Amino acid sequence: MDGIYSFLNAILPMEAYQFTFMKNALLAVLLLTPLLGLLGTMAVNHQMAFFSDALGHSALTGIGIGIILGLRNDLLAMLIFGVVWAIMICLIKQSGSASTDTIISVFSSTSIAAGLLILARGGQFAKYSSLLIGDILAVTPQDLLYLLIALAVTLVLWVILYNALLMTSVDPMLARSRGIPTRLIECGFVVLVALAVMLSIKWVGVMLINALLILPAAAGRNLAKTSRGHAGWSVGIALVSGLAGLTASYYLDTSAGATIVLVSAVFYAVSLLIRSIRK
Amino acid sequence: MLHHCALCHIDLDRISVRRGGQVLLQDVSMHIHCGQLTVLIGQNGAGKTTLIKALLGQIPHGGVIRHVDSHGLDIPHLRTGYVPQVLQFDREMPLTVQDYLAASVTKRPVWLGVGKKTREKVRQALADVDAAELADRPLGRCSGGELQRVLLALALQPAPDLLVLDEPVSGIDRNGLRMFLDTLINLRQTRHMAILLVSHDLRFVREYADHVVLLEKSVLTQGTPGEVFASPEFASVFGTGEEEAED
Repeated sequence: MDGIYSFLNAILPMEAYQFTFMKNALLAVLLLTPLLGLLGTMAVNHQMAFFSDALGHSALTGIGIGIILGLRNDLLAMLIFGVVWAIMICLIKQSGSASTDTIISVFSSTSIAAGLLILARGGQFAKYSSLLIGDILAVTPQDLLYLLIALAVTLVLWVILYNALLMTSVDPMLARSRGIPTRLIECGFVVLVALAVMLSIKWVGVMLINALLILPAAAGRNLAKTSRGHAGWSVGIALVSGLAGLTASYYLDTSAGATIVLVSAVFYAVSLLIRSIRK
Repeated sequence: MLHHCALCHIDLDRISVRRGGQVLLQDVSMHIHCGQLTVLIGQNGAGKTTLIKALLGQIPHGGVIRHVDSHGLDIPHLRTGYVPQVLQFDREMPLTVQDYLAASVTKRPVWLGVGKKTREKVRQALADVDAAELADRPLGRCSGGELQRVLLALALQPAPDLLVLDEPVSGIDRNGLRMFLDTLINLRQTRHMAILLVSHDLRFVREYADHVVLLEKSVLTQGTPGEVFASPEFASVFGTGEEEAED
């Protein structure tokens, strides 16, 4: 870590990054934002913005169930519950029993209610309120290692899944006729998003996680014409928003997560403007 | 009765499909020959799309589908290419025709860009269906006829034994349709492919088809366009006029 810290000192001489917690936060941003930006492109194309929101909410239930079961590791509880929840939504969606947004809404509100029920027992919720807004300044080197592994695993899976997922999101029946196991691919993607969301939620918070997944990808969609362009813009905007937001939050003394999201929102507004001018 | 054929063909033997106690297809038997354009006609709800789904292995069915060579011996694998009636997709998606085709012919994820080799392959596939100029067009900006060509190029990668096409009911003008059918006829000759087309335009069917199958849950009649169009079964389904079939 010392080598990385001194490298950051060399390239970022400003006051904000003299502190170790800011350096850790910066590294977390550099790992998290491209991960979410990349996954976001398909979440947006697959019209799953609402879905990832529901997944974020399910983190509350995950932690709640973890507490009931006596699991000491919050993250593990969230990951397991998030994946189970994601697969359930995916299976119910594929059974075609009700429209997708209704299903997701049912899951979303149920998981918030269940999470609150458990976490707020005996007026204890204050202990968990940091989950709602996240705290990226509390990232430790060990957390960074987890994030690095998550980014690497996601990238590998993303390389394997992407083309099949793209075919599926354009036309599932046509994709199936070409031998693509569309249901498996869809569920694989959903699980991937669930993992990314659960890994990020402690730092970004339940309320903002979806914004980081959706906003850069939505902005990229307005600017790009190709799949490559979409990925490039989305990751680029996510990274720049992350860096600018984190730095600004230090000087403005604001919440880092909220500032990052607001910067991405500005990018989205600009992309919308550019798109309307092009048309 | 089906006579023995001297060409390779796809043999559908008593295909039946039931769903929820309802019979959608009953004992459909027909041959789809290599090097021939077989056209499936029938009214809305006659089971045309169901038969296609059964052929593509997307729904469970009774009966047997065999791929047979000119000596009547089974060819183990039947590779099908499928052109759907419509592509219902998000037209604002940042995705070019080249991206879409590349995603199906290569393992390299297209978000990393399309490699030179793949690009050439895609261009060639598009050129084969007279659509070379569409490569860099966003998929959502293609007209109905252009999209159909793109889907045909996709269905031909890799070259199928059987090409199945569900012709769009609307969205393509007659000129576009004629050009598309000419491309199909060309493919039939140059690649000796078996082609099954679901068509709603009886005038074109008469002009282009080698073999016509009239479907109404089972095969009402089949034969050359002349034979089928003159049959009492045809008259009972479509009346005596040859206006476009309702769908």
